[in-house]
Amino acid sequence: MISLPARALRAGRLALAAGAAMIFATAVAHAQVSAPPGPTVEAIKKRGALNCGIDTGVPGFAFQDNKGVWHGIDIDYCRAIAAAVLGDPDKVKYTGTTAAARFTILQAGEIDILIRDSTLTFTRSTVLGLDEVAVNFYAGQGFLVRRSVGVTKASELQGATICMVTGATLELNIADFARSTGAKIGSLLFDKPEEAIAAMEAGRCDGYTDDTGSLAGMRSTLKKPDDWFVMPEVISKEPLGLHIRAGDPRWQKVVFWIDNALKSAEEFGVTKANADQMKATSKDPFILRLLGAEGDTGKALGLDEVWALRAIKVAGNYGEMYETHFGPKALNLPRGLNNLYTKGGLHYPLPIR
Amino acid sequence: MTGKGRALAWQAVAVVSATAVVLYFSYNVVTNLAVRGIQFGFGFLWAKAGFDIPFHLVEWDVNFSYGRALWVAGVNTLFASAICIALASVLGLTLALMRLSGNLLAAGTSRALIEVIRNTPQLLQIVFFYFAVLQALPPMRQSVTIGTSVFLNVRGLYLPEASGLAWDWISGLTMAGVLVAAVVWRWAGMVVPRLLVLPPVLIAGLVLAGFTAQWDAPALKGVNFVGGVRIPPEILALALGVSIYTSAFIAENVRASIQGVHRGQTEAAFSLGLTPGRTMALVVLPQALRLLIPPLTSQYLNIIKSTTLGAAIAYPEILQIFARTVLNQSGRAIEVMTLVLGVFLVVNLIASAGMNAWNRRLTLQGR
Repeated sequence: MISLPARALRAGRLALAAGAAMIFATAVAHAQVSAPPGPTVEAIKKRGALNCGIDTGVPGFAFQDNKGVWHGIDIDYCRAIAAAVLGDPDKVKYTGTTAAARFTILQAGEIDILIRDSTLTFTRSTVLGLDEVAVNFYAGQGFLVRRSVGVTKASELQGATICMVTGATLELNIADFARSTGAKIGSLLFDKPEEAIAAMEAGRCDGYTDDTGSLAGMRSTLKKPDDWFVMPEVISKEPLGLHIRAGDPRWQKVVFWIDNALKSAEEFGVTKANADQMKATSKDPFILRLLGAEGDTGKALGLDEVWALRAIKVAGNYGEMYETHFGPKALNLPRGLNNLYTKGGLHYPLPIR
Repeated sequence: MTGKGRALAWQAVAVVSATAVVLYFSYNVVTNLAVRGIQFGFGFLWAKAGFDIPFHLVEWDVNFSYGRALWVAGVNTLFASAICIALASVLGLTLALMRLSGNLLAAGTSRALIEVIRNTPQLLQIVFFYFAVLQALPPMRQSVTIGTSVFLNVRGLYLPEASGLAWDWISGLTMAGVLVAAVVWRWAGMVVPRLLVLPPVLIAGLVLAGFTAQWDAPALKGVNFVGGVRIPPEILALALGVSIYTSAFIAENVRASIQGVHRGQTEAAFSLGLTPGRTMALVVLPQALRLLIPPLTSQYLNIIKSTTLGAAIAYPEILQIFARTVLNQSGRAIEVMTLVLGVFLVVNLIASAGMNAWNRRLTLQGR
């Protein structure tokens, strides 16, 4: 039996320990919440502009209209990130990058992020020292083929010559496909897509290969689009996405969660048009957290509370972006893998909580 | 300090500061690569390439290494350079002689051509020739057929391919023999001109070899021609683009050298009763050559470098295969660019050394 004073003493000690633990826990929690924004975000804020590396011109992803304004899903991503980080979607400086130079430009620090229909691969993540943050378009390498060649499947391309752009993974995929199926496909490598397409139209090759998203865009630029068709079959997986330099985990998290917010918005029915209203009237705690009416997601990222709301209001949620650039009124590419997981696609946004 | 001592001190300072700059940049590269977690090394050259090279003069297979790809693409670059140098020299000389001919039509045409050619961008000309060539050639199913086994269409020129041990030996020995004979001809004290003897010998040897060979003729199978050798239209477009462009500059160099030969030489030749043609060939041109070689060397070196423009029109030369495909696949930007620069440096230094040796030989014979 323990005496009363001893018991009181122990209870006191316990209380003290608990109190200390609580203070410590609060301190830790506090440290987690107000994290520094990281060197890249600081540099972007100081500069007042996001340096975004994009494609030099492929419909659907990034192309200039006749007024010099950029359009495309990659452009919408650049603008959404600028809106979330800087509060203004127009504060983006675009750098057009060729397939061959894009990663060097990113490594050298000329751009903060590369959003250029670029496939996320092992080599780029390890040897090139990059972080592959998110996939904004699931594609596969496909073929745009002249109808009169009379083939329907990639394996029937035995002996055919295919034009393509060098500096990507295209020629390796073709060679891999040839080795695995025994179909020998000749490849003709060009520096720029325009020359490859022109040579193809002149009859130098039977078709053109690229990721399926770009092929739909390229077909729309041909002189006689109806003479050509995009084969339904793909010979590779091309998850196109967002690359940054490795070594800035804060910037990685900011970009990662902006991508998740755009896809979550589609999942919860938050659109460009109804976002403000949803923030004010929605009863769903998930939507309230996403739009910054509840919780403190902004503080955790080193941004303000309505970062996601601003990003969504630039070009809408992910589904709206897709509709604008690849939907029936644009390139008419079925959503397929690019749908939400609930509709048979691959986009599965992580919960924001 | 004496003048000589001071000069030495300045040179030492220059050497030390140049070394310091190089060391600083190397250190910078090494530390920054380490910070970004990028590996450095040339071990990747032994890794499997895995891609196809559409036109190759030496053996190539997708299972070969990146190192072999460098060799294959390097040979393609040298092949294009050799064709362009030969073509540009002939065209340049022709344009220069036209311009100096005194014939108003010939001189005017030459002058107009030179101005148009050298005042428009070279890359544009190459792309223009490429599409001009592609437009001019018939589609595949309407190939121009020569005999039964030579086909010409938009995909290229298809020729039958010879193979077999006897073919390899006879044709190889004939070509090597003719080459050696051409070099040592004068030294061996031969009086008959080489051009009269060697070409017939070469043709006779090759015809003999042809009888012993097994021939693989191209034939249309499925969507494309199979068998034989194919010479792609890209090489034709590149040869036209590079050599026509450079020929304009060479023509001006030739003209300057010819005009640099003293008028008295021509007058003397005329007074001896030589015809204008023989005067040019035997008196003026040999002397002009001495003035021509230094600027001509620069033009030849330019041609070798200009073949990299073939990357724009799908000619698989070293820049396209190595600095594009291999760089992208391996991710070794610094190593690949160093190798490509190194290859061009070595090739051009060798070419330059050859031209300088020729120049020295001519200088010694002269005044």
